[in-house]
Amino acid sequence: MMDFKTTVFFFLSAMLIFAALRVITARNPVHAVLHLILAFFTAAGLWVLLQAEFLAMVLVMVYIGAVMVLFLFVVMMLDINLDQLRQGFWSYLPLGTVIGILMVIEMGMVLGSRYFQVPDSDLPNVAANASNTQELGALLSTDYVYPFELAAVILLVAVIAAVALTFRGPKKTRYTNPADQIRVKAADRMRIVKMPVEKQD
Amino acid sequence: MDTLMQWGTGVFGTTWSAVWVLIKIVLIVLPLLLGVAYLTYFERKVIGYMQVRIGPNRVGPLGLIQPIADGVKLLLKEIVIPTGANRFLFVIAPMLSLAPALAAWAVVPFTDTLVLANIDASLLYILAIGSMGVYGVVLAGWASNSKYAFLGAMRAAAQIVSYEIAMGFALVVVLMVSGSLNLVDIVHAQQKGTFADMGLNFLSWNWLPLLPLFVVYFISGIAETNRAPFDVAEGESEIVAGFHVDYSGMAFAVFFLAEYTEMILIAALTSLLFLGGWSSPVAFLPDGMVWMLAKMCFMLFFFLWFRATFPRYRYDHIMRLGWKVFIPLTVVWLFVVGIWMLSPLNIWK
Repeated sequence: MMDFKTTVFFFLSAMLIFAALRVITARNPVHAVLHLILAFFTAAGLWVLLQAEFLAMVLVMVYIGAVMVLFLFVVMMLDINLDQLRQGFWSYLPLGTVIGILMVIEMGMVLGSRYFQVPDSDLPNVAANASNTQELGALLSTDYVYPFELAAVILLVAVIAAVALTFRGPKKTRYTNPADQIRVKAADRMRIVKMPVEKQD
Repeated sequence: MDTLMQWGTGVFGTTWSAVWVLIKIVLIVLPLLLGVAYLTYFERKVIGYMQVRIGPNRVGPLGLIQPIADGVKLLLKEIVIPTGANRFLFVIAPMLSLAPALAAWAVVPFTDTLVLANIDASLLYILAIGSMGVYGVVLAGWASNSKYAFLGAMRAAAQIVSYEIAMGFALVVVLMVSGSLNLVDIVHAQQKGTFADMGLNFLSWNWLPLLPLFVVYFISGIAETNRAPFDVAEGESEIVAGFHVDYSGMAFAVFFLAEYTEMILIAALTSLLFLGGWSSPVAFLPDGMVWMLAKMCFMLFFFLWFRATFPRYRYDHIMRLGWKVFIPLTVVWLFVVGIWMLSPLNIWK
């Protein structure tokens, strides 16, 4: 009998593979996105199993909680004609197969070959009960502070690029400024005219 | 307690630890659901009195059986599934909205020891699980195959994603001053300080030095739960009932349960993060769960009070408040607290 951890691992892996397959085979794009969310969630479960709880929580928080919500948002509003999308399937198949095989070979080289091995990590051995988050934070702000800051700068550049790509000059439409609305006083909008009462004859 | 443990091991053998966790889950969820039922009663009474009415007073003494009667009515009603709806997603959406609201309670401590799972990253866990609540709403709106429901879902998605950022920044500052992501440690960190030494514990809690964040966190919490005045996702006067317009009977009731469970969760988190959790406000009274529950009721009262007081925000004003007011405010306060902590005036040593 397998121990509990192995059972959970195989269950999560099976779910992950199933979800990943459904992402590319589901006919309905919304279903595909939902299966992608399921795939992220099971991947987070696998990371928890590896005791990387910080990464797992951040995966759920950032990808499921924010990125995929907006993704779903966009996909729901798209009007995708699947038949039109599938028209070029056979003509694109050879190119797709070549790229797919290349990716499989690369993955195999990274995982299996002895030339592409990740060098033995020189991470300090931490106590088994140490807080994952704390250790990661300490490493990120000491040994890896430059890569960390570099990543932040790249993200900032991406944000500015996104704004620059979509910004089409100031809005020409009329819009209200709530601050002005709040600041307005009755005297600004209304003029009280005092008139003598006129007698009707 | 020991005899109970021995008895359990005797009856269930090695599976007892799993059974014991299940019992603890039931002990959290059942009072929670009862709390939801009586929160609706409380809400109707409070809003009733604020509007110079009596509120429910027919079913049982003082109308106390009213929530039970409502529950039975909802259970017995038929669940209508619209013809054009996506059946599977339509049925699963209410569950997706209730499950995260309940799952978050796994790490909420009621006292030092009374907590289902005292994990190191409990605050992160709550953020992660809490961010999944939006899917129930979005899928309900899409699966209903109705314009009003879809509009409600769009509004909810945009609103929840926007306010999550301000909420996250507020939590970052709390964990900066507490030096921990563990909710129990965050409460412990609030129990010491200059004022706590003088016996005035309530002035040592996070609400005072982090007052702007306390306000931002609670208001964002109201927006996250889609409560008035941020209830544009339902907006009965504009889009009928928003995302759950096509739901009836128990399917609707599950959305209702999710909303109120999340309200209680936000109240509990606000009490833990800013109001010292189970610690007593003054030194001469003992700490205990009763304080935690009192603080939660106090915060829940604000939810109801706001609903009776404020008119619904216009949609663009909600977005402006979230992005242009709350996020800059929290970022500035993040820097203020960061500099404060590095200065000699640091009060969180």
